[in-house]
Amino acid sequence: MRSDRIMISRATILTRLRAASPLAVAGAAAFVLLFGAVFASGGYLVTVLEFAAIYCIFCIGLNFFMGYTGQASFGQNAFAAIGGYGTAILCVNYGWEPIPALIVSMAVSGIAALVVGYPTLRLRGHYLAMATFALGLITYDTSVQWTSLTQGYMGYSGIAPLGIGSFVIDSERMKLVTLIVLVLIGLWVSRRLRNSRFGRALRAIAGSENGAAALGIRVRQYKLAAFVVAALYASASGSLFANIVGFISPEVFGLQMVVVTFTMLYLGGVGTVVGPAIGAVIVQLLPELFRGVGRFQESAYAIVLLLMLIFLPKGIFSLDRLRWPLRAEG
Amino acid sequence: MSATEPGAPPLLDVVDLAASYGHIAALKPTSIHVQEGELVTVLGPNGAGKTTLLRAITRLINSKGRVMFKGKNVTSLRTHQLAERGIIMVQEGRGLFGDMSVRENLLLGAYSLGHAGAEVDGRLGRVFQLFPLLRERFNQLASQMSGGEQQMLAVGRALMAGPKLLMLDEPSLGLAPRVATEIIETLGELNRGGLGILLIEQKAPLALKLARRVYVLSSGYLRAELAADEIGSHHDLARYYLN
Repeated sequence: MRSDRIMISRATILTRLRAASPLAVAGAAAFVLLFGAVFASGGYLVTVLEFAAIYCIFCIGLNFFMGYTGQASFGQNAFAAIGGYGTAILCVNYGWEPIPALIVSMAVSGIAALVVGYPTLRLRGHYLAMATFALGLITYDTSVQWTSLTQGYMGYSGIAPLGIGSFVIDSERMKLVTLIVLVLIGLWVSRRLRNSRFGRALRAIAGSENGAAALGIRVRQYKLAAFVVAALYASASGSLFANIVGFISPEVFGLQMVVVTFTMLYLGGVGTVVGPAIGAVIVQLLPELFRGVGRFQESAYAIVLLLMLIFLPKGIFSLDRLRWPLRAEG
Repeated sequence: MSATEPGAPPLLDVVDLAASYGHIAALKPTSIHVQEGELVTVLGPNGAGKTTLLRAITRLINSKGRVMFKGKNVTSLRTHQLAERGIIMVQEGRGLFGDMSVRENLLLGAYSLGHAGAEVDGRLGRVFQLFPLLRERFNQLASQMSGGEQQMLAVGRALMAGPKLLMLDEPSLGLAPRVATEIIETLGELNRGGLGILLIEQKAPLALKLARRVYVLSSGYLRAELAADEIGSHHDLARYYLN
């Protein structure tokens, strides 16, 4: 019986490999090689990939709201800030373990998203984008001004690293492995939800809000649900940042985060499952590739980004879809 | 066609429904009704207010007036609540989700059934009986289908919702005459099975093949309510359009 299962799973894997596009296989192989090389060499690039993985989690969540549901939000950094500060305050001031702090911070972010999203998501298009932008600004301002809670520009340092009890993940390599596992879990959940009844309803809203409503889909509730899911992912990424880096300040969750995550989302492929994660890794790694060009590093990075967005307007993941338009993404 | 019980309220009763786009009154107060199991058509030229009428009934735009469904006032309900009660619309241009497969579009039609798998399968079976082609195209993207196939999918998706009243906005639009006739004949078959249908059409000869009663809209005004056999030619209709 067990050997049958193994045979079936081998056959399934072979079938899937044959069905996969060469481009996807090459891309996956390149990523594995890249991670392997960086992991083996250690050092600074491991830290870069850690940041990439944290942004992956943020972008996978943002993709629920902006990709699957087709809405605009410039304010998800607010929930990353809630996650980051929640974890920092609970760990530093109250001596909590990182995982309970992460869970409580996510719960607070979810409730905040419900409270803020309920009135805000009545808006559409640019108005929604501007309202969410205001949310991000308010959160940033709060993190600067409410010094008794957030310590203002000083921020929090000495935040406990990830771990359970006496088991502490303190080596950079172990941190990276942990984050990659969390990214894979995030992707798996994203893929499952995208192909579920819930995901179909979100994608119908992205196609046409009126069309979705005419089929009986409760558009407002689903938009709110997508907003909350995105907030939960953002909060988790904020908490992970706090635990991995050990320090947070208002700048971490400022406007820069909004711009960077937008770039990641659109560069990778908004609305696809894997695209946002690919975008996060590429946007984090690209500047490192251009270190050799010295003071033109930023310009070279910007030019490559522009070229990618011009020639791949649907993101890097659209390369794969050109050849296999019918296959479920993932 | 199922017989309407004497004294039973109409399936759909629209009373003095009016709608505007900003300052432009697209639909002046209009009253129409559809009996149980009846197929009624609304004819009119471009800009007559036909689509606005359907959008106002389904609350996709704000309107004044009253909408009764099976004797109950549903004016204050929202679009998704009307769909849950069985008022299903096939929108102009089909309203399909192009980046989803035929399967996904059909499952979205049965959205209000929740996770009732057996019922969904049953409805899928009935849709496949009506449109066998959809079974063959099950995993194809909706955007990659021809216009006729897309219209079949749009009607199939509406049927997945288990409609009590099916409203269609120009289902023949952009279709070859033969395909348009096939679609209209399928609607006739559904109507003979007892389904109430409100059909918006510009192509009068197609619509008049099936309908018993006709409303004529022009410039936002309801110009006439006629028995289908009262309309002999395009000239008869033109008279109402130009009123």
